[in-house]
Amino acid sequence: MAYAFDFAPVLAQADLLVKGAWFTLQLTAVGTLLGVAIGVLGAGVRAWRVRPFDALFGLYVELIRNTPFIVQLFFIFFGLPALGIRLSEWQAAVLAMVVNLGAYSTEIIRAGIQAIPKGQLEAAAALAMSRFEAFRHVVLQPALAKVWPALTSQIVIVMLGSAVCSQIATEELSFAANFIQSRNFRAFETYLLTTVLYLLMAIVLRQLLAWLGQRLLMGKR
Amino acid sequence: MDFTFWDILRNLLLGLQWTLLLSLVAFVFGGLAGLLVLVARIAQWPVLRGLARGYIELFQGTPLLMQLFMVFFGIALLGLDVSAWMAAAIALTLFTSAFLAEIWRGCVESIPRGQWEASGSLALSRMEQLRHVILPQALRIAVAPTVGFSVQVVKGTAVTSIIGFTELTKTGGMLANATFEPFMVYGLVALGYFILCYPLSLSARYLERRLHAPA
Repeated sequence: MAYAFDFAPVLAQADLLVKGAWFTLQLTAVGTLLGVAIGVLGAGVRAWRVRPFDALFGLYVELIRNTPFIVQLFFIFFGLPALGIRLSEWQAAVLAMVVNLGAYSTEIIRAGIQAIPKGQLEAAAALAMSRFEAFRHVVLQPALAKVWPALTSQIVIVMLGSAVCSQIATEELSFAANFIQSRNFRAFETYLLTTVLYLLMAIVLRQLLAWLGQRLLMGKR
Repeated sequence: MDFTFWDILRNLLLGLQWTLLLSLVAFVFGGLAGLLVLVARIAQWPVLRGLARGYIELFQGTPLLMQLFMVFFGIALLGLDVSAWMAAAIALTLFTSAFLAEIWRGCVESIPRGQWEASGSLALSRMEQLRHVILPQALRIAVAPTVGFSVQVVKGTAVTSIIGFTELTKTGGMLANATFEPFMVYGLVALGYFILCYPLSLSARYLERRLHAPA
């Protein structure tokens, strides 16, 4: 028997999908801001070998990059309460995204810092800038500009990866999809529309970040 | 029923085997399929190139979880009974093929144009050029990023726990519920993935230094 596709029951719940997509974008925005902030800090600490923090950041980066996001999420949400740290599903989702992106962006931004010519630092030192001043005024912006495409891809990956947050009942887009298909039994149609929605979000986010990078880092108006 | 530490460890190792098997299947078949996508992606016929681009964009621009659901529920629509294992293997293979094709495309495009022109002037067909001239050179560049991507495949298998495939993460979830020791169990699960992935990450870095160093 041929299957008759029926998108109407899904479209009737479109408001839930839109709300879920909006929450996913909010999660991504907070995760990106804090995650990249950690990345900047970690990259600076690693590049300048600030002991003992450089070794700690090194360990953090390897641990996060070599374990799956969903396990990090479960560890934070189900495991940490054993230590008395009880987080809501939103807090756990944001924390997992921040921790995850923080590790990747530490490595990405560090590569950007290492691509800065040594003469730039020598020039900064000749101007009597402290190491921090040199980092803040001379190194950071060109380093970020150099690795912005890589950082952009990683942010998109984190946004898409946040789909597994539905497993701890964070009510983002994939949670909305699970909810809708459990009511109307139109699993394929529901997930197809949700997938298309994610694809559009990924494309728009990539464009938006490219535009932001041009304006904020490459000095174009 | 009481679980000793060794019971937990033994069960996690059973789950780890399935993680390993699924990773291998996805990587091998994803590599073979990825080669086809690569050939389509750099084909001279624009329609084929466009299709390959769309395929890659689709898998790189959507969550792996949604890809799993699409395969899982999509095959069921065809009236076939699909196990979690089959759905996981198919979805991860497709996922891997798209990413590997894109990685390899970068490697192929980094081969100087003169190599295409020279082999073309020797009257080699496009497939012969690719097979005898371009791919052998691209292969050397491709080794490190390909090994690096295998880490993403291993980590990707964790998502298949959601459609009920009993690999390491799913085993961990069941054990955490049964033992009320989520901190220890998820810690061990993370350790399991780390043991699989870290050597791959290290070898990718080593290979990059070895094969990318200017001669």
